[in-house]
Amino acid sequence: MNVHTQTSHTPAEDALIQAFAERAGALPGDAAVTAKREEAAELLKRGLPTRRMEAWHYTDLRRLLSKVPGFDASASAASVEPLLQGSAILPVLNGAAEKRETPEGVAVATVADRLADGSLAQLMGYDGFDDTVSAVNSALASDGFTLDIPAGVQVTTPIELQNVQAGGQVHTRFAVSVGEKAKATIVERQTGSGEALVSSISNLEVGDDADVVWLIVQEQPEGTSHLGRINITIGARANVTLFVMNAGGKLVRQEIRVVAQGVDSQFRLRGVNMLAGETHCDVTMVLDHAAPNTISTETFRNVVTDRAQGVFQGQIRVARDAQKTDAKMACNTLLLSDEGGFSSKPELEIFADDVACGHGATVTEIEADHLFYLMARGIDEKTARGLLVKAFIAEVIEELESEPIVEALEAKLDAWFSEHG
Amino acid sequence: MLEIKNLHARIAEDGTEILRGIDLTVKPGEVAAIMGPNGSGKSTLSYVLAGRDDYEVTEGDILYNGQSILEMDPAERAASGIFLAFQYPMEIPGVATMEFLKVAMNAQRKARGEEELKIPDLMKRVRSAADTLDMDMAMLKRPVNVGFSGGEKKRAEILQMKLLQPKLCVLDETDSGLDIDALKIVADGVNALRSPDRAIVVITHYQRLLDYIVPDTVHVLYRGRVATSGDKDLAIELEKNGYTGIVGEAA
Ligand SMILES: Nc1ncnc2c1ncn2[C@@H]1O[C@H](COP(=O)(O)OP(=O)(O)O)[C@@H](O)[C@H]1O
Ligand SMILES: [Mg+2]
Repeated sequence: MNVHTQTSHTPAEDALIQAFAERAGALPGDAAVTAKREEAAELLKRGLPTRRMEAWHYTDLRRLLSKVPGFDASASAASVEPLLQGSAILPVLNGAAEKRETPEGVAVATVADRLADGSLAQLMGYDGFDDTVSAVNSALASDGFTLDIPAGVQVTTPIELQNVQAGGQVHTRFAVSVGEKAKATIVERQTGSGEALVSSISNLEVGDDADVVWLIVQEQPEGTSHLGRINITIGARANVTLFVMNAGGKLVRQEIRVVAQGVDSQFRLRGVNMLAGETHCDVTMVLDHAAPNTISTETFRNVVTDRAQGVFQGQIRVARDAQKTDAKMACNTLLLSDEGGFSSKPELEIFADDVACGHGATVTEIEADHLFYLMARGIDEKTARGLLVKAFIAEVIEELESEPIVEALEAKLDAWFSEHG
Repeated sequence: MLEIKNLHARIAEDGTEILRGIDLTVKPGEVAAIMGPNGSGKSTLSYVLAGRDDYEVTEGDILYNGQSILEMDPAERAASGIFLAFQYPMEIPGVATMEFLKVAMNAQRKARGEEELKIPDLMKRVRSAADTLDMDMAMLKRPVNVGFSGGEKKRAEILQMKLLQPKLCVLDETDSGLDIDALKIVADGVNALRSPDRAIVVITHYQRLLDYIVPDTVHVLYRGRVATSGDKDLAIELEKNGYTGIVGEAA
């Protein structure tokens, strides 16, 4: 490998290439996995995407990913309190899965083991030149968990997948398959204490008639760059709710790739981006309605303050035979500072003729009338603004209906406001 | 308690002068009625008292207990005991009414150096106040004023006033949108707050409300000035003869 022939690499690109050169020998994987890793590393050598690549137009990764730390073997992370009380926790601590007891009926294995025996090889790799998140992760993934929830099993205990970093680099994978008529609530926590580069990919396969709630809570510290992705396939008549909360990180890209491949399936995406400081946070969704009669709704609410920048790209594609598709997408932003900003790019690609698809995006400020009313009751300006902003965000959280989930997420909101409000 | 001196105010955005030299004094224990035709500046006066920043005071002063309040923001004015019952209360989506009441009551208690109310105590107070106003507690589970009818909004304003126990109450057209039964309930609520250390300013353009809340003084606002003042008989005279006589005198 003669990487030095490419003279124009940024320090971050060099650091990624270097990390692969140093780590490749120690990463788990059989021959098939190793081949995929090398292929992914080759893509990285071509350089990180810039705004000239459409998928990265609002997030020039090459420019924004200014620093990539090396691996830190000495860093040690501890698992955190779960979002939902009584959850079964499966922690990945600075890149190493720690075995724990798991709920009855759920088969759990570590990703390291399943890469070593080659049974996860098909999940590795990337999908096109702009799939940088998958490439970084495939090249460098060390560990994670796989969960198998067999057909008909209703898991009542929430399962929390924790990816906790303590600095350096962490590249984690989760893969969950939910069988026919099965039911589960999964929490994906992305957090930590160090200055890190994190990549984390989750695969969720949802069988026919299954019911899944998946919550991603990303709270990386200020100095951390986070590259996340979730790939979801949805079976017939299945119901999937995905909730995303971004409340931290320096550079965040969360990709959501969904294929509604079974008839009569429902996908509901709800998300809140709470962006402060110098954060740049990008949520990019691509959703395929690939079967008839599928329903999807996507709602994001964003709060932007300081010099933070947010991005939402939502692409909905309706296949030729996916008649009676019903898709509604909305992205509403409350802008609290002059220097912050939010870009929203909805895209509909419709090949069927009998569909109902719509989208809307707004950027607003706090209503002066509302603020005056609250202050006229003796509520100081800071508290009044906090109430209004929280109300704006909480409206989306409350759609999740489950009281423990709503309460836990609102507690996260409160914590964020007491720090940034 | 309240002394308004040669108050001039204009719309901040375009500089249009609305209040053009108002002089008005209200003593502790007094109920003052402010009347006047539509567009004479009554609501503007109430907003300027509450500190809304859509308006700029260009001349004159407002003294509350002898101190100018012009430099105070709306929250500080409210915490010092000034309360405005809005002519058109705002709907605030997403903010639960109960949470709003809790935050407002505790904010004012804190500003006055009092201890925060515990939830059960708060609930008890809210329930008993709601009872006297014949309000359904279920309404208070909704976001502030959202989906309330006109009359419900007015009652909710009086509910807040009862809970916050202000010293200077300004009621802007609280009677509009109320049927006669509701009007009596609201008037009883206001009368219950009458006390020697509290002043109440009732803005209305009908005499009807003043049958139930009998004022000590009546002032007629016209084109941003107090055109004439008198006692409750002035309101009755206005009811009989309309504003034209008064306005003619002033002009
Ligand atoms: N914020 C504002 N913007 C534009 N015009 C206003 C504003 N506030 C008051 N006005 C105008 O000032 C005049 C007095 O209004 P207002 O105080 O509401 O009168 P009243 O309450 O006596 O009916 C009206 O002509 C009204 O249109
Ligand atoms: Mg008015």
